[in-house]
Amino acid sequence: MGHYKIPNSGHNRDDEAKKLGMWLFLFTEILLFGGLFFVYAIYRFKYFDEFKIIAEHMSITLGAINTVVLIASSLTVAMSITAMKKGKDNVAVLLIFITILFAMTFMVNKYFEWSDHIHHGLFMGADAFNNLAKGEGMFLFLYYFMTGLHGLHIIVGAILLGIVAYKIMNGSVNQDKLVFHENAGLYWHLVDLIWIYLFPLFYLLH
Amino acid sequence: MSGTTVLLKEKNFYEESSGLFSWIFTMDHKRIALLYLYAIMTFFLVGMTLGFIMRLELFAPGGQLMDPKTYNQMFTFHGVIMIFLVIIPSIPAVFGNFMLPIMLGTDDVALPKLNLFSWWLYIIGAVMALSTLFWGNGSADTGWTFYAPYSVTSETNVSMLLLAAFVLGFSSILTGLNFIVTIHRLRAPGMTWFKMPLFAWGLYATAWIQLLATPIVGITLLMVVVERTFGIGLFDPSLGGDPVLYQHLFWIYSHPVVYVMILPAMGIISEIIPTAAQRVIFGYKAIAISSMAIAFLGYFVWGHHMFTSGMSGEARIVFSFVTFLVAIPTAIKVFNWIATLYKGSIHITPNLLWASAFIFNFLIGGLTGLINGALAADVHVHDTTYIVAHFHYTMFGGTIFVFFGGLHYWFPKIWGRMYNMKLANVALALTFVGFNITYGAMLTVGVHGMPRRYYDYLPEFEFLNKVSTIGSWVMVTGLLLMIYNLMRSARKGEIATRNPWNGVTLEWQVPSPPPLHNFDHKPILSPNGPYDFGILDQVNALDEKRK
Repeated sequence: MGHYKIPNSGHNRDDEAKKLGMWLFLFTEILLFGGLFFVYAIYRFKYFDEFKIIAEHMSITLGAINTVVLIASSLTVAMSITAMKKGKDNVAVLLIFITILFAMTFMVNKYFEWSDHIHHGLFMGADAFNNLAKGEGMFLFLYYFMTGLHGLHIIVGAILLGIVAYKIMNGSVNQDKLVFHENAGLYWHLVDLIWIYLFPLFYLLH
Repeated sequence: MSGTTVLLKEKNFYEESSGLFSWIFTMDHKRIALLYLYAIMTFFLVGMTLGFIMRLELFAPGGQLMDPKTYNQMFTFHGVIMIFLVIIPSIPAVFGNFMLPIMLGTDDVALPKLNLFSWWLYIIGAVMALSTLFWGNGSADTGWTFYAPYSVTSETNVSMLLLAAFVLGFSSILTGLNFIVTIHRLRAPGMTWFKMPLFAWGLYATAWIQLLATPIVGITLLMVVVERTFGIGLFDPSLGGDPVLYQHLFWIYSHPVVYVMILPAMGIISEIIPTAAQRVIFGYKAIAISSMAIAFLGYFVWGHHMFTSGMSGEARIVFSFVTFLVAIPTAIKVFNWIATLYKGSIHITPNLLWASAFIFNFLIGGLTGLINGALAADVHVHDTTYIVAHFHYTMFGGTIFVFFGGLHYWFPKIWGRMYNMKLANVALALTFVGFNITYGAMLTVGVHGMPRRYYDYLPEFEFLNKVSTIGSWVMVTGLLLMIYNLMRSARKGEIATRNPWNGVTLEWQVPSPPPLHNFDHKPILSPNGPYDFGILDQVNALDEKRK
């Protein structure tokens, strides 16, 4: 039986389509965080002084370390993609593991930071928190919400990179077919980028 | 395979495989479309029943069937079901999925796995929404808009319903994303942007709105959820928050989303009308570009939902002005459709009648919208049943009418059978008359001052409320008759040919129902665009070759 073969089939391999899809998805992620940045801007305007006072409690050192860690992780992801393009699978896997290590460092750092705040009663429901001014509580709430959502993205990104490493090892991601790797990298850069904005908003602006 | 060889009949996509798993884990865009269709029709019947019961409650003043709280929960659930589970996914997820790849001359969407994932998200969201009925203090009673601060303090299952809306929004984003990629990557060789069918243009404009507006409401609903969980007042004024901020964030999405609901519907009308008139559509480019213009302008009008909420006078004037601007591209479409019919050789089919009913309803819906858009008039009609009737004229008389029109138009393609034309016309007549009685009465009683979302009313509103309720009986009879006719015909109707309406867009060139890979021949594209009826003989010859 003659069967017409569709040249523009949806089941053809189409790396461009997958990348386009990823870019569009990143767009939605930016808008998702955009809603929160918008709310942050409104309340920073409304409670200007209180935001300033409570921001003094943030540890710039821990925040700065995390910023360096994340920027470094973006570099290692980019390097792993370059390594794949040159066919150096082992180097790429190693670089991905280093990235995941950075991600874990970030999360551990974040854990210490959060538990320090919680230890001092600066968490929703605690007495010390309830005694804060409204704007101060708002700042902390936005801090937990935005860095928490960001942390969730770090975990998702790290898992994605873990899958990439696995796929490189079993050969389904390789020199000629690495769009999955590139997309995971794009996602990781976005997570990094969001932190670049979170850091000054919560730590540096006093 | 050359054009002259005899084609053997391929298996259609129903015959390709069977069993439940071959459906719920399918990556075939046609099966996914049908999965959506059956789910959406089920939820439509649930939502319709809720609306029907509310109208019964309003038959006379005072409590008839329920207490006020139940009434609040009912209109909330009616709204959530109809908006998030029915109207938003209806045309894109069903006809977009089924027809878009075929109309572009390809065999599937660009990201088939993501497509299946979207359907699963839809089902998970639906189950989450329905679950709120059965535990805790019952379903939310806030209205589908979840306005703060009541949504923060209500003791009903608001959080779960918000999370459901979040998941459903995610499903909608991924469908839109998939369509954008599909339209960019998978058009048949030779099909340039301005040779795409207008339904594809409608879906393209829609997909951008889904993509760019939904994340904002997603995060807003999430903010209400965490606010409820941790007792922080992002939107609760007693805790330092700003409830008007919630309204802004909500309508930044929820106004553009009404164009998610209406633009694909306008796309379907732009398919039905040239086929019925057997001539090229009038003003192809104007219709295509006006879809994009509506999508663009739609972002800058959200404030017109908040004229009475407290906004500066300057802001209100700007929002009012931009709202009026939306009427321009909308009117361009309506005039083009009517100009297409002019001097056409019109075949009166049920799908054309549904389309005409749409144009009639949408004229009322659109023009009443301009009255809301005028600052002074809005103060008078704000929060009355006039508003309820206005959006039912656009969303139900508009989108859902076109959804049913599309169902009648593409029915032979999807199920390979014809339906009973006479019954279809009777069902449409009943629905149309019932619809206009129901919502016409609501429009009028709203202008007289009856507030929306009240389960009781003053005696002077009784007559029009009775008229409205009686209208709803006629309408429901028509809808049930239509569903009966279609369900029966899907199994027992006459076998349909490839091209029962003599259309020329690509979906009429594939067998009815289509085989798994859609095309059994190279798509016939006219150099003069998608509505060139010069190729009709070639299209109709495809069936001849089979014999």
